[in-house]
Amino acid sequence: MVLHTLNQAPANAACMASALAAMTAQDTLLLIEDGVYWTLPTFASQLANIPGSVVALAPDLQARGLTSDAIESVDDAGFVALCVSHDKVVSWF
Amino acid sequence: MSTDGILVLTRSAPYGSSAARDALDVALTCSVFEQPVTLLFLDDGVFQLLKEQSPSAIAQKNLNAVQQSLPLYDIERLCVGRSSLEQRGLSGAELILPVELIDDADLPALLAQHRHVLSI
Amino acid sequence: MATENIAGQAIAFDDEGYLDDLSQWSPQVAEYLATQEGLRLTEAHWEILYLLRDFYSRYEHSPAMRPLVKAVKQSLGDDKGRSIYLMQLFPGSPAKVSARLAGLPKPDNCL
Repeated sequence: MVLHTLNQAPANAACMASALAAMTAQDTLLLIEDGVYWTLPTFASQLANIPGSVVALAPDLQARGLTSDAIESVDDAGFVALCVSHDKVVSWF
Repeated sequence: MSTDGILVLTRSAPYGSSAARDALDVALTCSVFEQPVTLLFLDDGVFQLLKEQSPSAIAQKNLNAVQQSLPLYDIERLCVGRSSLEQRGLSGAELILPVELIDDADLPALLAQHRHVLSI
Repeated sequence: MATENIAGQAIAFDDEGYLDDLSQWSPQVAEYLATQEGLRLTEAHWEILYLLRDFYSRYEHSPAMRPLVKAVKQSLGDDKGRSIYLMQLFPGSPAKVSARLAGLPKPDNCL
């Protein structure tokens, strides 16, 4: 079980493609920093069928004036809980 | 395969930032502390391994020089994303050291084989 | 930071005794640094110092202990490619001491 964090906006599609290639169905993808723009409906639809689950970091959403409907969000405590519940964390940036 | 050692994942081209150099330094340091190290080059990171680099005119150290010392640090396993190479029109023959080509489908297993993954 | 007159040349060293300008190295500089270290250089020392200089010209960095031992083993054989052998020649921290005497920068990855 791997927690993948990704902090790049959708313009950096290669970063997302690499992260997704490395994911399994047991893994979680956490969108942070500019990665939260992937929660915009036009991009979120591209994440609908990825292996594993996807969540976004709430403070980064709020900071950018985004509300995530399609993708679940977690607060900082939730981020920590994810780090603990996964074997390792892999950052994509 | 057992879960052991450190996977250093590097996805940046050399010289535009210090990332490539940093990844190499981290790998060497891990080796000095007797931690088994694997290097994984994905995306623009594969450019780090091109032969015939000669950065003296831009006042940088030649990555190829340090890369060739990796066997002396017992860092023998260099993995390269096959699709990253192919997308850039490159082949393993154009790289400075022998590498293990990794298919996208085998990436999760490679991550799982290592205790830690350091992205640099 | 100190400057010494060695064999008629002004040679500058940093606070830890490494050469400021690596191109100023000469066997006389090595002899001078060895004396500071309380060492008398023998043939056994010189073959390590020249091996280090070759390592640096090829790999562009000073080796930590582990690759130094391996490089010595490859070039000079199993008897010499051991930590204890290098400890005897360059007591204290062999990778640091030998790099300094060979006119190389301080090893980055040294314990």
